[in-house]
Order: sequence, then C-alpha cells, then structure tokens
Amino acid sequence: MNAPAGTAAAVDDDELLAHFDALLAEGGTVEPRDWMPDGYRRMLIRQIAQHAHSEIIGMQPEGAWLTRAPSLHRKSVLIAKVQDEAGHGLYLYSAAETLGVDRADLLDALHRGQQRASATFNHPALTWADTGAIAWLTDGAAVINQAPLCRTSYGPYARAMRRVCQEEAFHVRQGYDLMRALCEGTPEQKEMAQDAVDRWWLPAVALMFGPPDTEAGGADARTAALGAAVSRRAMAWGIKRHTNDELRQRFVDQCVPQAERLGLTLPDPAIRWNEERGHYDFTPVDWDVYREALGDDTVWARQRIAHRRAAHEDGAWVREAAAAYAARADDGAAEEAEDEAAVAVGAGEGAVFVGGAEEGTGETGACAVRAGGVAGEDA
Amino acid sequence: MTTTSDAPARTAAGTPPAPDGADLAVHLLRLGDDALVLGQRLCQWITRAPTIEEDLALSNIALDLIGHARVLLTRAGRLDGTGRTEDDLAFTRSEREFTNALLTELHNGDFAVTVARQLAYTHYAVLYYEALAGCADAELAAFGARAAKEVAFHRLHADRWTLRLGRGTPESARRMRQGLERVWPYTGELFDEDDVVRRLAASGAVPSPAPLRPEWERRVTEVVTRAGLTVPAGSWRARGGRDGLHTEEFGLLVAELQSVHRRFPGGTW
Repeated sequence: MNAPAGTAAAVDDDELLAHFDALLAEGGTVEPRDWMPDGYRRMLIRQIAQHAHSEIIGMQPEGAWLTRAPSLHRKSVLIAKVQDEAGHGLYLYSAAETLGVDRADLLDALHRGQQRASATFNHPALTWADTGAIAWLTDGAAVINQAPLCRTSYGPYARAMRRVCQEEAFHVRQGYDLMRALCEGTPEQKEMAQDAVDRWWLPAVALMFGPPDTEAGGADARTAALGAAVSRRAMAWGIKRHTNDELRQRFVDQCVPQAERLGLTLPDPAIRWNEERGHYDFTPVDWDVYREALGDDTVWARQRIAHRRAAHEDGAWVREAAAAYAARADDGAAEEAEDEAAVAVGAGEGAVFVGGAEEGTGETGACAVRAGGVAGEDA
Repeated sequence: MTTTSDAPARTAAGTPPAPDGADLAVHLLRLGDDALVLGQRLCQWITRAPTIEEDLALSNIALDLIGHARVLLTRAGRLDGTGRTEDDLAFTRSEREFTNALLTELHNGDFAVTVARQLAYTHYAVLYYEALAGCADAELAAFGARAAKEVAFHRLHADRWTLRLGRGTPESARRMRQGLERVWPYTGELFDEDDVVRRLAASGAVPSPAPLRPEWERRVTEVVTRAGLTVPAGSWRARGGRDGLHTEEFGLLVAELQSVHRRFPGGTW
C-alpha cells in the first residue's frame, strides 16, 4: 500500500481495492483467503477480539451466582447461559484467527490490558436479580447491537454472529422471565428486581452501544464528527450497519414498554414518548454520562482481569500437560482423535462455522432448558 | 453395613418391611443428592477453568448433573409421601438431611483432583445408570438410559484428562497421582449396600450398586494404568454421607446453595 505510485505493486493493490469495493457494493462477503485492505483487517480484529473478550469477561458477574441460583430450574438456565457465553467466546476467537491472529495472543493482550472487554461488566453483580437484569438489559442491548452483524461483510464473523444472536435472543427472554417472576413474587423480591435495574440500566444503555457518535446522541460537534467518521468508515466497509446512537434509540424504544409491563421503573426521569419523533426521549448519553458509566479504573475492572489472569495462570500446568501429551501421542492417534471429536460434540463445542456449517450444539441438557425455559417477552 | 435413619417416612425401628415407595424414595434421594452436590461443585469451576473449552465442558457436565438431580429429587418427593418438590428438597433440607456420597462433596482442589473425582464418579454412574435402565419401573428405566448416555460423555472427558495429565508433564503426573490419592478413599461408599438397597434389590425394584464394583475397578484401573499411574492401595475408607454424616466443608456448600432461596421466604422463582 505504501509503494510509490506507478509501481506494479501499487497498480495491483489498486486493482484489488477496486475489486474489494465492488464486492462490498454488491453485498458480497469477504472470506479469509480473499485480499482485503489492512485497515479492514485491523478494524475487524479489534472489533471481533473485543467482542470475544466481552463474552469471556461477561461470564463472571453471572458465573458468581451459579452456586446460589434459588431454584434448580433457574440454576440450569443460568448454567446454560454462561456455557453459551463460553461458546460465543470460542466462535469469535476462531473468527478472529481466520484473520491471522492467535487466540493465545489475544488473551495475553486482554490480560495485559492492551485490549479491552466491554466496560459493561466492570460493574458488580450484587444480588440474584442482577443476573436477570444483565440478561434482560445487557443481552437485550447486545442483540440490538449484534443483529445487524449477522449481515456484516466478513463471512466468518457474520456466520459466528448468526449463531451468537440466536442464543442471545434466548438469554433476553430468559432474563425477562426471571425479572417477571421476581416482580410477581413477594414485595422483597420486587424490590430486589428494581434495585438491579437501577444499577444496570446505565451500563446497558451507555456502554453496550459504545460512545456517542452523532450530535443528536449527545456528542459535541467535534467528537460527533470524529465518532461519525469512524462509524462511517466501518459502515462503508460493511463491518457496521448503524451508528451507535441509532442502535441506542432502538434499545430504549424496546425496553420502555417491557419495563412498564414488569411494573419496574427505568432510572431515567427524562424517558417519555415523543409523538413527533415516534421514539422515546431519554437522557442523551453524552461523553460525561458515558465516562460516568465507564467506571474504567474501578476495583471491579481490575478484579475482572485479575480473575481471568488467575484462571489462566492456575491452568498453565494443565495446558502444558495437554500440549506435551498431544505432541507425544503418536500411538493410537486416530482413535484418540475420534474420541476427542465425540467429547467435543458432547460438550457442545464444534465451533465449525468457518466453513459455513452451522450445527446445533447437540447436547440435551442445554437444549431442554432452552426449549422449556422460555416463556417471556420476545426480544 | 450402615443403616439409614434419616428418611422422614421411615419408622424409628426400621425393622418392619417399609413400603417400597419409602425405600425407593430414600434411594433416589441419595442418587439425586450425588448429582446435585457434584453439579454444585462443578459450578464452582466455571470461569476458573484452565481453558475456555474446559469452562464449556465443565458447565455442560454440571448442567447434565443438575438435570439428573431434578428428575431424581422430584420422584423422591413424590414417593416419600411428603409432597416435597425438587426445590423443597434442594433448598430447605439441612446438611444432615443430604445423603450424597462424600466423594461428590469433596473440594474441587486443583484440576487433577477434579479429574480424579470425575473419573471415579463417572465410571460408577455409567455402570449404575445402565443397570437402572433395565429395571421394571418404566420411568426410572427411561431416565437410567438417558442419564447413562450423558454420563458416558462425562466419562470420556474424565478418561481423556486422566491420560493427558498422567502422561503429560512430570508436574501434571505428580498432581494427577495426588488427585487419585485424595479421592480414592471416598470411592467405596458409592458401592455400599444397606438394608434399603438390599430390600429394593431383592424385590427387583432397582439394582444394587455393590455387584458393579469389580467391573468399576477393572475399568478405572485400565484408564489409570494407561495414564502411567497406579490405583491407590488405600488403607482406609471414608463413609457417612448416606447417613447424613458429612465433611465439615459440606455445611458451606449447602449454605451457599440455599442462601438466596432461604433469604426470601415464600418467594417464587
């Protein structure tokens, strides 16, 4: 790309770029072996890695309640959800790997603070109701954010997202159903639900969609211009389909009537229906609100990473053993490979979306939970 | 060997032949508690596993175990005449009323201890559930057949990790050896047979686990040997769980399990 104009390389790149642009213009997908601009590759790696990290870090606040779920049904639902998040992490790291990076390096970058997970999870899950609020609100935001990514221009990412979104939609309904049970329960249960919504609304509405990127959304002219430029670039490449603020509005419009049905109050006095716009007004997420929600250098932000690092470091000897064993396992290797495949199916792995296949997880427990445990609101 | 005295529906004397329902309830509660308590322990791994794949695998196994517990506790509550639901049984009994084998409540320890515990339990559970699949009670037989299939995957997972750790690095072999030594004294209780089990087995209601022990020994020895390790000889055997006599750490597990449920009396979930 940096070669002087007129050289053969530059001509080739220009031709490739023209081909690439034409492909995107006609709505085609880019596949791992296709030529792509460096900037496109970098933007994708950053976005997919951040998403993968968010899935892994996002397991923690809910994971902390697995041992305390108040019914065996809810325990099963929550295990299945946290398991799904681990699966999403795997699909996404695999999608990132098709762009020429290693999962191990991405995890190292997360552990060293060079890459980030969504700051949403830098907030603590303090009560059981938080697991419902997280699923209803932050997963609800995730679905709105991610649904357009099912049509994103990079094939492996789009295929991963189709599966992720399908599962996230279940999580939202399960979260809503959990909140509904609390709201229909004892006054103390309802109080717990309201408290959780009071604490999770801002992280969901501010952080799940990224910083403001339009003036209407609350950015000043300069930052709006910058944010809009980044968004425009991502949209031109078909990586992103809508601005952060558009998606944020869509989320608010979805949540307000749901909260009303639950009898819960969203903690934003500015929320009211705007007949003229055909949308709900709400306190704009400007940079001050965004920074307040960020809680970036909090004890919780540190604890999430510390927890990840501890698991990673404690497990180092296990990974070393597995690697040493794999390197040495020449006898009966075929038989073992067969067994491994069986285990993978049993464990609901099989993240085989790179080639386009999208299979069910094939495990009875989680499927049964999904089929039986969903009685709430449609996302 | 031991007599069970904590089943609510049984008389103090315990000598007259108890109705089948009460015996079966005691037995299914034991199996259900095994699954519930082991599932609870595995939940403690999630987000802390050595790899994301293992977070996924362990949560999948925990999910299956909680599923087994739900079937077994529900049936036990129906049979014992108290009308208790799965949640009543899981969340309102005291430590002393749980009848899981001590093996299932042992602390997770490092990954090798967990693998050793999984190895022992899954080989037992496959054998027992397969035997249960042949019993006359259609509902239990169907459950046994389904559970045996699921636990077979858990067993494969435990087998593979036993091999990887046993034949991985000197460090992993050392830890795996320690893991086996830690859990092995607790394996005998899985096969204990008391009056309840003997009556049930004699009437043909459900199989006794006792005759399965030699086959279990053979199978785990085969895996452990392939892993380059030896099955611990063991000079002592721990037991007591079937009678509600647990390890001291068990109270904490139960407290954590029940904390939210107990905090909201009359709550609906």
